[in-house]
Amino acid sequence: MFACLRKNLATVLPTLIGITLVAFGLIRLVPGDPIEVMMGERRLDPEAHAALVKQMGLDQPLPVQYFDYVSKLAQGDLGESLVSREPVAKEFAVLFPATVELAAAALLLAVTLGLALGMLAGLKRGSLVDQGVMGAATVGYSMPVFWWGLILIMFFSVNLGWTPVSGRISIEYDVARVTGFLLIDSWLSGEEGAFRSACMHLILPALVLGTSTLAVVARMTRSSMLEVLREDYIRTARAKGLNPTRVVVVHALRNALIPVLTVVGMQTGSLLAGAVLTETIFSWPGIGKWLIDSIARRDYPVVQAGILISAATFIAVNLIVDILYGVVNPRIRSLH
Amino acid sequence: MMSTTAEVIPDYPSPAKEFWQGFTANRGAFAALIVFALIALASILSPLVAPYSPIEQFRDHMLTPPVWAEGGSWQFIFGTDELGRDILSRLLHGGRVSLGIGLASVLLSLLPGVLLGLLAAFYQHSISPIIMRVMDIMLALPGLLLAICVITVLGPGLINTVIAIAIGALPGYTRLTRAAALAETAKDYVTASRVAGAGVARLMFVTVLPNCMAPLIVNATLSFSSAILETAGLGFLGLGVQAPTPEWGTMLSAARDYIQRAPWVVTLPGLTILITVLSINLMGDGLRDALDPKLKKVG
Repeated sequence: MFACLRKNLATVLPTLIGITLVAFGLIRLVPGDPIEVMMGERRLDPEAHAALVKQMGLDQPLPVQYFDYVSKLAQGDLGESLVSREPVAKEFAVLFPATVELAAAALLLAVTLGLALGMLAGLKRGSLVDQGVMGAATVGYSMPVFWWGLILIMFFSVNLGWTPVSGRISIEYDVARVTGFLLIDSWLSGEEGAFRSACMHLILPALVLGTSTLAVVARMTRSSMLEVLREDYIRTARAKGLNPTRVVVVHALRNALIPVLTVVGMQTGSLLAGAVLTETIFSWPGIGKWLIDSIARRDYPVVQAGILISAATFIAVNLIVDILYGVVNPRIRSLH
Repeated sequence: MMSTTAEVIPDYPSPAKEFWQGFTANRGAFAALIVFALIALASILSPLVAPYSPIEQFRDHMLTPPVWAEGGSWQFIFGTDELGRDILSRLLHGGRVSLGIGLASVLLSLLPGVLLGLLAAFYQHSISPIIMRVMDIMLALPGLLLAICVITVLGPGLINTVIAIAIGALPGYTRLTRAAALAETAKDYVTASRVAGAGVARLMFVTVLPNCMAPLIVNATLSFSSAILETAGLGFLGLGVQAPTPEWGTMLSAARDYIQRAPWVVTLPGLTILITVLSINLMGDGLRDALDPKLKKVG
């Protein structure tokens, strides 16, 4: 277990260093004077300009700047937003749980539904159910996230009035912040209306964000299931008279899960990218919307941090998936 | 396929014929090919077939509903947008932009990607670690985020969208080419060619590369469809092609405010994106079935 972790960390570390280089280069690669680019329309007198150059350390040689940047990062200092003048890390701490909540809900929806539908399609191969599920999965995979969001808003929020259009919770509720995850916080508050409001706000964005992952998981589960069901040990299990449900759930599913797990890890990337679009559509106050708003405001320290955080999250999730392999499949565990 | 066992001497079809038979055996892929060909043709011929200019504003006909809706007319078959522009004309011209960006970005990532992948496969100890580490870093930023990164540096626009999407797709091609080429270089025919005195360039491009084409073609199809989705996504976020150039995603971004009053402004561009991407993905499935018999057995 620890050997496996060490081996993974050895490959992850260079990538992490590379990502800090990318984030560091982001401001410095912009053509022209970075300060002027950042200020855009906002005029700046020469004195303030010089002060800002000094504050950001842009007068130092590049290696010094980079070393400075990384050592600040190591202390959790992500810089200061040019617009709000707040430390980026502080804003991030508020917004990150919102994105995690959204992505977790989307992933949960995608994996449970995707596994169920994929198994169903695999077991009833060639049937109408199979064709229906696979057809829907192909459409879901091809769906433009932002349009899907708009269509669902049009149908469920505008026409039927079932769900709210944007935000995380109705403004009438003031839930005390404990974890930052509104579902948990509103549950803890004991106010039933607040919890219901948080749920209703979450359901459409989670569905939109989870759709393409759902499609991929369903497809993968089906083909992985088909492959496993042909194995000798399945025939043995059936031949010795095991309950068919037990054969599918215990013998087949566990082995079919391995490729599915890989897909889930890879899908975190598309969830992070999809979050940018989903949060923009639903005005969901998370990292994605923050990133896009900051690009529009030329708030480069925030963009820098947003990119860094997204990449770090992606790397971390894939590391966890790598470790989970060993848990699901003992054969891989013994390889390490 | 089923009848081959009955025949005594199989009449081997030409590779092209075999490919076509494999592809058309997948009826979904064949239908998708026809749909995509129609979309592509209509986009290419948009200056001839579009009823109006995509940027001409009919001030008296703002937000006219499409012909099948109440209040619609044959004058504007798909209706008009908030500035009175003909939606059908914008969709047709937008197809040129969206498909053009998709194609350009596929080429721009395919060519360097294949070259880097081959280099990594042939120089496993010197160049490969550097290339693959850089690719790992690029892969840590998922598709759209990497594109956003590039746009942040270069600024929005049509050419920059192509570059941003191409950079995002590059690691995929590099890794795929490297993996496929590594599998081939271990085979006897490559060793034979090497012993016969073939130079590295000849080994790379003449001996090995043709045998790596199948996964590359399938990947190119799939990255074409995701390039179209990403172009639209960037356009929607206001980071892609800028107004008034008609582009499917950019059209949707402006339409957001009219969900209630003019749903067709939202529905039609999105449906166009969905149908296009769907047809390309179905074609990709068919290509995979036809080109890679190993994958065919599953599913």
